[in-house]
Amino acid sequence: MTEALRADGLQYAYAVVRDTGALDAALDGVHGVAGEPVRAVVHLGLAVVAGPVPAGEFDEGPLKERLEKLEWLERIARAHARVVDAAGADSGVVPVRLATVCRGEEGLRRMVETGRERFTEALDRLDGRVEWGVKVYAAAPPPAEPAAAPTAAVSGRDYLRRRRAERQASAERWGRSEDGARQVHEALCALAEQTRLHPPQDGRISGEADRNVLNAAYLLPRAESPAFAGRVEELARSSAGVRLELTGPWVPYSFVAPFSEDTAGAPDGGGGGPGADRPGRSGV
Amino acid sequence: MTTSPLAHREIALVDLLDRLLAGGVVITGDLTLRIADVDLVRIDLRALISSVNENVPSPWEEP
Repeated sequence: MTEALRADGLQYAYAVVRDTGALDAALDGVHGVAGEPVRAVVHLGLAVVAGPVPAGEFDEGPLKERLEKLEWLERIARAHARVVDAAGADSGVVPVRLATVCRGEEGLRRMVETGRERFTEALDRLDGRVEWGVKVYAAAPPPAEPAAAPTAAVSGRDYLRRRRAERQASAERWGRSEDGARQVHEALCALAEQTRLHPPQDGRISGEADRNVLNAAYLLPRAESPAFAGRVEELARSSAGVRLELTGPWVPYSFVAPFSEDTAGAPDGGGGGPGADRPGRSGV
Repeated sequence: MTTSPLAHREIALVDLLDRLLAGGVVITGDLTLRIADVDLVRIDLRALISSVNENVPSPWEEP
């Protein structure tokens, strides 16, 4: 660990805030991705929240390798979020992308210089704002009838007819849930300053049996949160065939870029179409 | 029916990663690497970050 504590060692950056001088208290006792104490490095009126991390885990090679391990990724993701939450507890905060590691405090200062305009723009725009997540799931279809194999008792024509009806019912069900999702999204857009669509989640990862048809984020003033949550409740009651899930309030992770141009190839604000690529899949 | 906000439960990893992997300011410069450069796994993570693109359960194919 001693190498990690050198000022010219690797520094993991979590977030940028305005330098109000009050940050040290907020960060007292907060530990980062490597269990390290985090602190604010002040430069140009901004403060980067960062902590020294060991090169054995966070230099390019090992970091790349470890990011591919879900358990490790989960550990640093949760630690990263904890630090961002602490940094933003009393003030506006702009989170930095996960796994941003600079060389030395000098590297952190260069990061502030390079990103200064973007940081200040985002801090202004996001001041007093929170992000809420709303996911819409297609409600579970009625229990499928046992897929009775055609037997001698069922004519080929009956079989085809039945399958056609099943297929139609299924298509209608998906159609309804997509309509439902669109209506929910439109209603919530009216309450939000900005919105962003994340790709629908894979049930194999989320553990959800129902198909995720909308995975959206909404940016709004913190004070409007109760009204927003109320509207979501209302929509949950009035929308047939879909199930809604609300998460938040989040630090506005999804809105640090004014137009989300940071995600290579990720369509933003589109019609909820699937197939959005995420970082890591770009450049193929 | 909505589930209640996060107050009393752990944030789902998948929701967190939606935000951490696609949100946050991306810096260029003297970083050790950019996450966009990481060939994020072929295994579970691949499934995690790629969208569900299996449309409607495949309709039965008529002969």
